[in-house]
Amino acid sequence: MVPLNERRSTTASERPLRLAIIGSGPAGFYTAHRLMKKVQNAVVDMYEQLPVPYGLVRFGVAPDHPEVKNCEDTFDMVAASERFNYIGNVKVGQHLRLTDMKPHYDAILFSYGASEDKKLGIPGENLPGVYSAREFVAWYNGLPEFRDLNPDLQFGDHAVIVGQGNVAMDVARILLTPVDDLRKTDISTHALETLSASKIKSVNVVGRRGPLQAAFTIKEARELMRIPDVAFAPIDKSLFPSDLRKLERPPRRIAELLLKGTQHTPEESAKSWALKFLLSPVSMYPHETANLVAGVTFAKQAFAAEADRYSKSARVVPTAETITMPTSLAFRSVGYKSTALPGLSDFGVPFDEKLGIIPNDPHGRVITASSGPGELGAGHVPGLYCAGWVKRGPTGVIASTMSDAFMSADVIASDWESDVPFLNSGRNGNESTGLGWDGVKDAVAQSGTKPVSWEDWKKIDAAERSRGKELGKEREKFTSVEDMLKVLDG
Amino acid sequence: MDRSRRRFSTTPVARHNHLDPPKPGEERKVTFVTKEGDRHTFEVADGDNLLDIALENDIEMEGACGGSCACSTCHVIVEDDAMYDKMEEPTDDENDMLDLAFGLTETSRLGCQLKMSKELDGLVVKLPQMTRNMQASDFASK
Repeated sequence: MVPLNERRSTTASERPLRLAIIGSGPAGFYTAHRLMKKVQNAVVDMYEQLPVPYGLVRFGVAPDHPEVKNCEDTFDMVAASERFNYIGNVKVGQHLRLTDMKPHYDAILFSYGASEDKKLGIPGENLPGVYSAREFVAWYNGLPEFRDLNPDLQFGDHAVIVGQGNVAMDVARILLTPVDDLRKTDISTHALETLSASKIKSVNVVGRRGPLQAAFTIKEARELMRIPDVAFAPIDKSLFPSDLRKLERPPRRIAELLLKGTQHTPEESAKSWALKFLLSPVSMYPHETANLVAGVTFAKQAFAAEADRYSKSARVVPTAETITMPTSLAFRSVGYKSTALPGLSDFGVPFDEKLGIIPNDPHGRVITASSGPGELGAGHVPGLYCAGWVKRGPTGVIASTMSDAFMSADVIASDWESDVPFLNSGRNGNESTGLGWDGVKDAVAQSGTKPVSWEDWKKIDAAERSRGKELGKEREKFTSVEDMLKVLDG
Repeated sequence: MDRSRRRFSTTPVARHNHLDPPKPGEERKVTFVTKEGDRHTFEVADGDNLLDIALENDIEMEGACGGSCACSTCHVIVEDDAMYDKMEEPTDDENDMLDLAFGLTETSRLGCQLKMSKELDGLVVKLPQMTRNMQASDFASK
């Protein structure tokens, strides 16, 4: 890092852009990556509530998708810059208030993602045996918050997943993959133990609309088709046009894959999965004798009269008919949801509870309904930006998060160049102290938390890798904050 | 204050995709056409893939998954149909990723899966538009 006093001695116009990034997932890192390239003297402080970085790359990406995690190489390269400062184990809004950060930065980027999930809003969804797919994913990936989820995979042999996004597909794949194939991945040991005792043989992945409206991508469906000895239940041909060439290339290739299915039928195979369409959950009901989920009731749906059933946006309407699907294990997987960061409203930033996003322009500038000052107008709150799921909602693969983050970085860079107001623009120009982390670290120390640096993370990383080596796997994650921090005591 | 004087350039970054120079007489030419329309031609060796060539030469291309055919960030568009037809067919896995690419075309490929060879000498690929280039002026009109 550049010594502090050198930075302070420069005049405001030459002073580096000081940016705080809240959240260390791919959105935050790709924004930092692009911005540090575009603005040669930008200095970035990245805040992360956990000691360990990478967000959903570590806690969301499935353990059997190690190649997707290769983006960590780029993040490591970003973090190696002397203009980058990682501050782990500091929760903005708890250990540090946004209002206390403001005087010391030119801009703050919110990239803290989506930490809750959408509920179904139906009776029985809180019964024992019903899990949130997000929590299940976090559990097998070793997120401290859900390490003790301990899902019961032994009560019966059926599982129902409500929702057809890639998270639903990940859950289905982890439930059906031979557990020995997962041993070499960085899946948490507690999950391996539970999965090796699993009795689940059949998984229904259920959607409200048809196959051409489903959110999963083709790679995830193909992977399920490729699991040895796991059959796919043949799919209703009437859900597709008789001439598949009428479809665009991506839906056509999905249709071909689903219609081809697997070589064996579920009757011939020990394990199987199915995609069920046009079913909307109405309730989950318990066993007669035990307080445990016994099944899900769905209302059958039909395509709306005016709908083109082969278009991505086709609407469905409920019918009077219901069906029940007995199961001992159910997941809701209808999307993640972002929540407001504590202190956001003190900044004059509203949070869109309905969309679960911070209102933005939508290139990444945070906006308010009340018109903001400055030449940008359009209600841009000077100096505040967002990227990733908290910006555009919880959808998309790494590539979409990357291009979205690049867009956020590009607007920050062009705003900085265009002399529009930033966080502390006043009568005398930029009145920010420019201190960044150095200006807030005392307040953080008083909060009682122990900040984790990038060097500290590298020690935790090395310890996890060496634990993994003993088990013949890439990494064995620490699943509690306490254990992560213990590495640093030595 | 005049921020426009700030330097806007890219930092060359040391990547570990070092490529060996081509053997004499076996130089293959490949041209990248950037989003801005600039053409950059390089002489490379057989077997080099387009992602590594781009990274080695500071062409703006991300390989988020490190060239393992698990994302679509190294999407390129082959300029000449005839050249596209000379290539081996993309695998299902490559096509699966291409289906998620921005601006997919009939001659789209993943750079990490395209290896240079004698047949592909003179290859020209375009980089797709990934993000709209936003300017603050887009917001000045209220």
